[in-house]
Formats: sequence, C-alpha cells, structure tokens
Amino acid sequence: MTRNEKKQLRSGLAFTGLWVVGLCAFTAYPVVASLYYSFCDYSILKSPVWCGIENYQQLLHDDLFWKSLRNTLFYAGLSVPLGTAVALGLAMLLNCEVRGRSFFRLLFFMPSIVPVVASAMLWLWIFNGEYGLMNGCLNPILGLFGLHGPAWLADPSWSKPALVIMSLWGTGNAMVIYLAGLQNVPRELYEAAEIDGASALQRFRHVTLPTIAPVVAFNAIMALIGAMQLFAQAYIMSEAANGNGNASDGNPERSTLFYSIYLFSTAFQDIRMGYASAMAYILFLITAALTWAAARLSRGSSDDAF
Amino acid sequence: MAREHTISRRVVPVLLVFCSVAFVLPFVWLVSTSLKPIEQTISLPLTLIPREYTAELGGRRVEVTLDFQVAQPGALVRYTSGPDAGKQVFVAAGQAPRGGDPRVLHAVQAGSWHVTEKAGTALGEGTASPAWDVLPRSEVASRIRFRWGNYPRALAALGGDAEADRHRVGFWTFLGNSLTVAVLGVLGTVLSNAIIAYGFARLKWRGRDAFFALTLATMMVPFPVLMVPLYGVFKSLGMIGTLLPLWLPTWFGSAFNIFLMRQFFRTIPEELSEAARIDGCSEWRIFWRIIVPLSTPVLVVAALFHFIFAWNDFLGPLIYLTRKDTYTLALALASYQSQNGGVQWHYLMAASAVTILPVILLFLLAQKTFIRGIATTGSKG
Repeated sequence: MTRNEKKQLRSGLAFTGLWVVGLCAFTAYPVVASLYYSFCDYSILKSPVWCGIENYQQLLHDDLFWKSLRNTLFYAGLSVPLGTAVALGLAMLLNCEVRGRSFFRLLFFMPSIVPVVASAMLWLWIFNGEYGLMNGCLNPILGLFGLHGPAWLADPSWSKPALVIMSLWGTGNAMVIYLAGLQNVPRELYEAAEIDGASALQRFRHVTLPTIAPVVAFNAIMALIGAMQLFAQAYIMSEAANGNGNASDGNPERSTLFYSIYLFSTAFQDIRMGYASAMAYILFLITAALTWAAARLSRGSSDDAF
Repeated sequence: MAREHTISRRVVPVLLVFCSVAFVLPFVWLVSTSLKPIEQTISLPLTLIPREYTAELGGRRVEVTLDFQVAQPGALVRYTSGPDAGKQVFVAAGQAPRGGDPRVLHAVQAGSWHVTEKAGTALGEGTASPAWDVLPRSEVASRIRFRWGNYPRALAALGGDAEADRHRVGFWTFLGNSLTVAVLGVLGTVLSNAIIAYGFARLKWRGRDAFFALTLATMMVPFPVLMVPLYGVFKSLGMIGTLLPLWLPTWFGSAFNIFLMRQFFRTIPEELSEAARIDGCSEWRIFWRIIVPLSTPVLVVAALFHFIFAWNDFLGPLIYLTRKDTYTLALALASYQSQNGGVQWHYLMAASAVTILPVILLFLLAQKTFIRGIATTGSKG
C-alpha cells in the first residue's frame, strides 16, 4: 500500500467509522450470536449452554411451530396477492386522466402511515361483532339471505381474513410505487398500440404489464417478507378481542398465532432464547430465499437513478 | 375507440369515488366514535353522527339516553301505596298491574322510546337515581353534538389512575417520550448516514466496494433474528427500561439510509468536489459545505421516513421499555387498551386519533416530498 492509498483508506474509514461500529454492534454481532444461541439452551439470566441441534429437532415436533408457520403462510398467501391487486388497481385508476388525481392519491395513501397500534385499535372496533362498522355495513346485505356477519376476530375461521382486510387498507405505499412505475411507461407505446387497434385489455396485457411486471414482482416479494414478520396488529388485536390471552397466544383457538408472535413469546415470555433463536434462523433462511428471488426479478427492472 | 374513452371517463371517477369512500370510512368511524357519548357507541342501528337527546322528565328538560324501543302499547303507572309505593313501572296493555294502588301517569304507544336521564350530565344533580320515562319519539328532541370533552378525558385515562396518583405519569409524559425517540432518532439518522454515505459515494479507498456490498447484504436480515441478541447487548449496557435502545442505534448508520443517500450523492457532479480540493478544502469541508446543502431532498426524505417509523414503532418499545414512565405514546395506547378492555370505545378512539394526528399533519405538510420519496426509493430499495 502506498502512502497515498493509506491516506485514502484512513479518510474513507473516518467517514464510515460510525457504521463500522454500528454494523458490528447492532447487526453483525447479533447475527452471529443468534446463530450460536440457536444451538444453545439459553435463558438470558444464565449463560448459554451448548445443546447441539436439539432446538431444531424439537421444532420439527412442535405442533405450535407448525401451526404458526401455517397461519403465517395462510395470511401471507391471502394478503400479498390481494394487496398487490388492490394497489395495482388503484394505481391504474389514478393513472387515468381524471380530475383531483392528487387528492385521491392522498386519500389512498394516508392509511399506510397510520401508527400500527392506532390502526389495530380502529380495526378492532370496526370488526366488533355487535356494534362494529364492518357488520353494520354487511348485515343489511347478508340479512337478505338470512345471514349474519361473523364475529371476525373472535371467530377462529374469520380472524385471519379480518387481518387481511385490515392490511388492504394500508396498501397505499405499494400503490404509490406502482403509480410511479405506470407513469414511466412511454406514452408512445400506448399510442402505437392504439393505432394498431389494440383494445384496452390488450394494451394492458401487452404494454402495461410487461413494463411494470418487474416492479410489481419485486414489491410483492418485499410484501411477502413483511407479511412473514406480521406481529403488532395480530399481537394487539387477538388479545384484545379474546380476553387476556397471556396463557395462550394467538386466540381464538390459536388461529392468529403467527410466526413472529410465537417467536416473541418464546423469547420474552417463556425466556427460551435459544429455542427462539432457532426459530429466528429458520425465518432468516426463508427470507434469504425470498430476497434472492427478489434480487433476480429486479435485475430485469429499469435502472433509473434516484 | 372514442366510445372506449367516454366509458373510461365515466367509469373511472365513479370507481375512484367508491374506493375513496371505502378508504376514508374507517377514519370517519374513528372520529365519529371519539365524539360520541358512550351509550351511542353501543346502540343499534349504527349511527355515524354523534347526537344529543333531550326530553322533559319530571318537569325538567334534561339530557337523556335512548335505551330501547317499546314494542307494545301500554301505560306508565306509579304506585301510590303498597310495597312498591313511589315506584314507576311500565305496564303493557292487557297485563294486570301487580298490587298496590296504581295511578296511570300517561298512556304509551308502541314504538315509543324508553329514555333515561343521563346521569352526571343532568341539569339538576342530586336526584338519587336517574329519572326515566317512556316517550313518543316526537317528544325527544335531538341535535348534533360533538363531545370534544372525550379527548381530555381519554388522554387523562391513558396514564391509568393508580399510577397517576403516585407520580404523575400521563399523556404528556408519553408524548414527550415519543418525541424524544423520534427527534433524536431523526437527528441521528440524518447526520450519521450522511457522513457514512459520503465515505461510500465520494471517496475512493481500498475495500470500499466490498464493504458496501456487505452493507447491502445486511438489509435482508429480518429483525426477529437480531431481537434476542440485541436485547442481551442493551441489557449488558444497562439500557433496558430506558429510551436509549430506541434511538441510540440510529447514530451509527442504517444500511437502507446509507444506500439511499449514497445513490443521491453520486449524482452530484464530481467537478464540484475537485474544484474544492484544488482550493485546498478538506473532505469534511467539502461534505459539509457542498454535498449537504445540495442534498436536502434526500435528507428530508430520510428524516420523514424515520420520524414515521419511530413514532409508529411498537415492537421496539414493547421489548425494551419496562416502566410506565418511559412508555411511548403507541405503547401507552396498547397498554391502556389491554388494561381497560374493549368497553370505552369512545375514549379508545379519541386516544387513537391523537396518536395518529401528528403523522397525518406531518404527511400533509410534506406530502410531495413523501410521495416522491416512496416512488423513487420503493422501486429501488
């Protein structure tokens, strides 16, 4: 290394020094420690004791683990496609030349910045079986068929769909991204397609979709990663709608026992940090696989600078 | 083709309005509930507009609650003697009054409302039990009235009564905690990431690109993986139960913001830096005098995003905060709900509205920056 190179390295590290510390203390160390703990019996009070792959073996036979994974996949499998469809649909509506576009965009976006605790409270009330807004709107229609709205969060078969509906309210973020993507589609392409006699549907299928598909795919995978980590809403709402559930999480009947909730309660209520770390690492692997897929998909997307 | 255009011109606005109603209705419901008296939150059919009902009871005009609708005609009677002397009873037609000496006060038609004086808010307090009557709907006056008083009461209730007596923990403490975490976090995010990003974007040094690739890789680590060891780290630093774990890490950079700012810094022409270097400027001076002033858009985006994140965060406070006087507003709201159950919906909605208000205001003030920020970072980050 020449003197000049040393000087450059020194000033480079001077600027990035904070991050060297931050990366080590708040990311690198935890990632490594978490892996180590996942092979240990560890309750924060005593130092970890090595136990090999016991945690992972135990997980394979843990019904609650599988239940939480199934619940999470069910939620993600519903909320991601629906959320993508709603966000894309709204973005396409906003992409038409109508009056008050920016006003509508504002309205659709606003719910996505509402603090999760507050929106959990609001939807808890909306989904109230007796006096909630949801059944208040549904019952007059369902009544025609002699039906009655479900108890939503207190009903094991409707608690997850309720959370999905709530998540659709917050799709404004994705909508804004898709709208930006749609506005990047060159106008000439549409004009050319129109001259060639393509119908609206054909124009969507052959012009719009191919241009924004990479953005949509990338965001859908990001949403999937987010959905796999669903925590706050479910944690607050399941307990609130079904009485104090510290004894068993994910009420009613464990239907809202999501992966992160089981992980959290294993770590901080049962104080089984090693077991929780093993769960965390399995989530890490799933996320890594999804991220890899997202990276591959986004490679096809246009590379515009900020 | 022309027809297609007119259709879309007519259909699109209709769809937009329909969707807007669906997106706005929850907000309307939130505000409406927060301004109702408690009995109107749990009465059917649902109403959106908070009202006040008044009626003449015992010669006084008082505020009443509509309890239920009487299905059959009958009469309201008062016993003047016997075991039930002085008691007022509704007797349905065809049903014999039991014992005593009933005196008919007035006849009641089917569909009349059973109303009760609203205790506590009555004009003439001091009556032992609230007065009630069965009145035709036409004798109950009603007008729109918003109970703004719910807001101060909800905020006072947020701290919990027992706690407030010992040492005053209440809304202002929670607000202060939330603001501390958000503001210190925003400062840390903007300052540290700008400095770090400068090192990645504008300086050449050995190992830079590998280090940057590593930085990007950390973005995919899910928080649950870090959760347990981070708790251990902060525990050994003695920071559990304080606000420090919620804002201190922001002063040491975050991968996403480094990436965001680096992308922006790279678009600033290199000639500006070169010229300054020839004039003998240090790198620090170039950063501070040239790059920072030209980068306000990206700095504002990072600041806004972090403020919203910090204000809305639930899991972080849930893990690290143990004492009530350190709770953030979001955590206080959740704990108020879990302690009081889902009974006082009007207070719960009022407290939620107060928690939402700052982020909505911030968003309305800076919506252009916001939307541009998401549109450009979302599709990249």
